[in-house]
Amino acid sequence: MKRVYVNEEWCLGCHLCEYNCAFANSGKQDMTDALKGKPIYPRIHIEEGEKICYAVSCRHCTDPICIKSCIAGAISKEDGVVHINQNKCVGCLTCVLVCPYGALAPNENGIMQKCELCLSNTCGEPACVKGCPNKAIVFEERGD
Amino acid sequence: MAQYVIIGNGVAAIGCIEGIRKEDTQNKIVVISEETHPVYCRPLISYYLEGKTDLEKMAYRNPNFYEEMNCEVLYGRKAVKIDNTTKQITLDDETIIPYNKLCIATGSSPFVPPFAGLETVEHKYSFMTLDNMLELESAISTDSKVLIVGAGLIGLKCAEGLKDRVLSITVCDLAERVLSSILDPDCAAMMQRHLEANGIQFMLGDSAVSFDKNTALMKSGKTVNFDILVLAVGVRANTSLLSEISGKVNRGILINNKMEASIPDIYAAGDCTEGDDISYNGKRVLAILPNAYMQGNCAGINMAGGTAVFDRAIPMNSIGFFGLHTMTAGSYYTADEGGELYEEKTENTLKRLFTRDGYLTGFILIGNSVTSRAGIYTSLIREHIPLNSINFETLKKSACTTAFSQEKRKHIFGGVV
Repeated sequence: MKRVYVNEEWCLGCHLCEYNCAFANSGKQDMTDALKGKPIYPRIHIEEGEKICYAVSCRHCTDPICIKSCIAGAISKEDGVVHINQNKCVGCLTCVLVCPYGALAPNENGIMQKCELCLSNTCGEPACVKGCPNKAIVFEERGD
Repeated sequence: MAQYVIIGNGVAAIGCIEGIRKEDTQNKIVVISEETHPVYCRPLISYYLEGKTDLEKMAYRNPNFYEEMNCEVLYGRKAVKIDNTTKQITLDDETIIPYNKLCIATGSSPFVPPFAGLETVEHKYSFMTLDNMLELESAISTDSKVLIVGAGLIGLKCAEGLKDRVLSITVCDLAERVLSSILDPDCAAMMQRHLEANGIQFMLGDSAVSFDKNTALMKSGKTVNFDILVLAVGVRANTSLLSEISGKVNRGILINNKMEASIPDIYAAGDCTEGDDISYNGKRVLAILPNAYMQGNCAGINMAGGTAVFDRAIPMNSIGFFGLHTMTAGSYYTADEGGELYEEKTENTLKRLFTRDGYLTGFILIGNSVTSRAGIYTSLIREHIPLNSINFETLKKSACTTAFSQEKRKHIFGGVV
């Protein structure tokens, strides 16, 4: 299946992916209206080390530990995509405790959210990839 | 035709069913369920009291789950005996159920010490099951004074769930601190202050000795008046089915890393078991939901002829009270035991990382800024990653993947994991 992959040597650390993600998942038509003057809660985060930066989002693992650990039965995998049912999530953060990649964070209401590849929002394909100016994030098939 | 039998219908049982069905979609699975409900998210009972979930959302699987998995569930039935020579199980209504492979996933039961006068208390409850919680809910009113015996995870989640629905809550515990199974004294003090600031009263280092109707007589000589009593002293693994046939049992049913018990064709999973805790180099009862699922799943795969090993069990908990989260994992070795401690502390946050012999063995994190991305720390313990293979100095300050080698990062973010 197609996943989001990172080319860390090409990442500029511009954080555009975070803004594009927050906008794509805002349900709003206008980016300024969606983001201006508000704290944003993107599902992708730029990680910055001393000499390196890159974007981190859900890996849609082959055998996801978040699903096995969720105390609310709110996480499932459908067609390869790890999905959170926010209606069931109680915000206990057990998924944060177990994700080895630090790929999940709560939304502004303390309910969990994560990258679902923009498949269920209006973008239809990962907005982070679409807006990346340097192809540091790509959406492609790599040997399953 | 072969038949799988699972005694229990909690999360370990569901892991087992899903494990079996990875290998075998044909042969029948019989589930013996003492509770009369389809599987539900047991840790959510306190969230129900708080109004953060409801009975429908608490379902752990969709309504067609058992049918889709070709399972027959015997609700309201209790297994009373296993005969491992004829490979049959006797139920409380004397039905005999044959098995080829059996999984014991019987969970644990509340431990109630023999308090004098407990029989005189009209409104007394445990807080383990959905039915316990619904009974408690039907007994409370906004005038209720609640006494909870036990300041562990169960007692305190119950306190949080009841807080806005009753007049007052007092929690007592013989231990000197709250959450003594997962927090050390400093961390426990921080959580206690937060709980007190949210209206929970404590009597620690003190506990009920006897009861007389609506009054508890405490060890200290004090008395506490209450309308509702919740007993959350502790739990005990349900091991008797196996111990009665001379299977090996300690505090839980002893299992190896394939989830096999000591008797052929019998497996065990979840809160009733005692298996390897890799942060501790020994066996422990690890009564937490993630391990229940993973153990059940491993058992199921092996029962159905596949090959699975679960050798990454550690204690780990993520638990919040009134908006303050704490995450804990592994074992906390003291300096006397050869352990080292890294600590960061502010007024409202606390981070303690415990290391020994070049490995992270445990952590305690309190506060929403320090619990962020804690799974990176958890993975160091579960995967037994030598700290000299990563930049631990960077990682101490914040849970991040830049501390890993470029090769590992390439694998994680450029490959399929």
